[in-house]
Amino acid sequence: MNTVVADITYRAMLGRKRIWLLILLPVALVALAALLRLVNGQDEQTAVLLMKSFAIGTMLPLLGLIAGTGVIAPEIEDGTIIHLLAKPISRPVIAVTKFVVAASLVAVLGAVSTYAAAYLLAGSESGVATGFTLGALFGGIAYAAVFLLLGVLTRHAVAVGVIYALVWEGVVGGYVPGARKFSIQQWAQSLADQVSSSPFFSTEVTLGFAVPAMVIVTIGAVVWTGQRLRSLSLTGDD
Amino acid sequence: MTTTSSPVTTRQGVLELAQVSRWYGNVVAVNDVTMTIGPGVTGLLGPNGAGKSTLLHMMAGFLAPSSGTATLDGGRIWHNHGIYRQIGLVPEKEAVYGFLTGWQFVLSSARLHGLPSPAEAAKRALDLVEMTDASGRRVETYSKGMRQRVKVAAALVHDPQVLLLDEPFNGMDPRQRLHLMDLVRRMGEEGRTILFSSHILEEVERVAHHIEVLVAGRHAASGDYREIRRRMADRPHLFRVRSSDDRRLAAALIGDPSSSAVSLTEQGIEVQVTDHARFTALLPRMARDLAVHLWQVSPTDEDLESVFSYLISGSTR
Repeated sequence: MNTVVADITYRAMLGRKRIWLLILLPVALVALAALLRLVNGQDEQTAVLLMKSFAIGTMLPLLGLIAGTGVIAPEIEDGTIIHLLAKPISRPVIAVTKFVVAASLVAVLGAVSTYAAAYLLAGSESGVATGFTLGALFGGIAYAAVFLLLGVLTRHAVAVGVIYALVWEGVVGGYVPGARKFSIQQWAQSLADQVSSSPFFSTEVTLGFAVPAMVIVTIGAVVWTGQRLRSLSLTGDD
Repeated sequence: MTTTSSPVTTRQGVLELAQVSRWYGNVVAVNDVTMTIGPGVTGLLGPNGAGKSTLLHMMAGFLAPSSGTATLDGGRIWHNHGIYRQIGLVPEKEAVYGFLTGWQFVLSSARLHGLPSPAEAAKRALDLVEMTDASGRRVETYSKGMRQRVKVAAALVHDPQVLLLDEPFNGMDPRQRLHLMDLVRRMGEEGRTILFSSHILEEVERVAHHIEVLVAGRHAASGDYREIRRRMADRPHLFRVRSSDDRRLAAALIGDPSSSAVSLTEQGIEVQVTDHARFTALLPRMARDLAVHLWQVSPTDEDLESVFSYLISGSTR
């Protein structure tokens, strides 16, 4: 972890238009929850549905995509990454720092808005708010790592990330039984299910699989990002 | 430039490329280049697309040679972030965080180097490039020349033994250019190894005592700039001359040893000049003596490509 790299990365993420993209989805989640509360009053079933489909199913992967790719891909694209790489700092340290920034943004924005929205709709009923907050927290961290890796693997990280988030996580991971085991969204729900006792909610992926899978994917993606940064080649215009 | 940090000053700062090639798919960007860059200022000269940036990136550790080796003081450059204690790099791209002020940008560079007094080092570097007054402004408000200078300040902040600059004078106004040239010259005289790329010969000869010429990825020439300049001046030049009496002027020119061939065309006279200095002194005198008015005298092959092509043919003869 390097504090100068973190400082520059936070400034890049929070001081520009990207901050609005990061805030937009959490605000939409809380606003939707508030609206549903106004219309239907407190409803645990609605809360679970909103958390599964919007908080964990839509907002979290998109937040991960914006933050995970945003902390590194634009710098590689415009060449500003040279400022960090042409220094006597190991590239894995830069990768870890970028990950910490992305993960903290996704975790804070994702978890806080998830808790607020779930609490608005279900209060502290059946541990729905706490469960989904934990799911959003750890799911967000895993997403940040995966999308960070994508940011160094391809120059089309956002396009590839959107396809991954919508097609794999949204469709395949949601509906194809075998593929569910390999979906961050399902792992996050598994965590939520463990804490929550809601009768409206159950998951197929066991906690025994979800937690190690999350840890392995997160650490693996960050390590791989560090290795890719070590071999990052820059071509000139000549 | 005074040393306030703890640079590696005991080492020589010698960059060596040994039979280095770099290709992208089927395209060869740099072809079997061997060169040694030691203390002093060296100009890497070549036309656009010659492979200068590719070569600099390999020396800066941002590109692995496809074959051959690139070393700094005998240690490999690729996959070795420790070299950046010794190297300062000024890339050609405007790779600067626009949302930082000039001060924040250079200070961050000093802190990333882990210098003991980063603020002091940043101030000294900004002073060196005369950017202190504008250092409170965001970099995105800077002109191209100012961005270039702040990049130079960030590269110099740790007082490196080796400085690599990719087309450093691009976008600078004449005064800024002269100032940076003076700075580069001084640092070279202090014993630092400085390599800068350029496609402008005049730029290189003003600063560098030694030139490496790269053409189409090949190492075309190497040596003292005066020698290379002489070879370029001595090469045959083709001039086109238009006058009030082309036939008469051509008849007089053909008898002079400054040219090897003279031909009359619809556009005027084409003269193959072998002695550039003699021809340019002779022509106006001759026209005056013959009472011929000169309408146009223009070299037809003065572009860099033809100059470099000549150097290549000269170096392979």
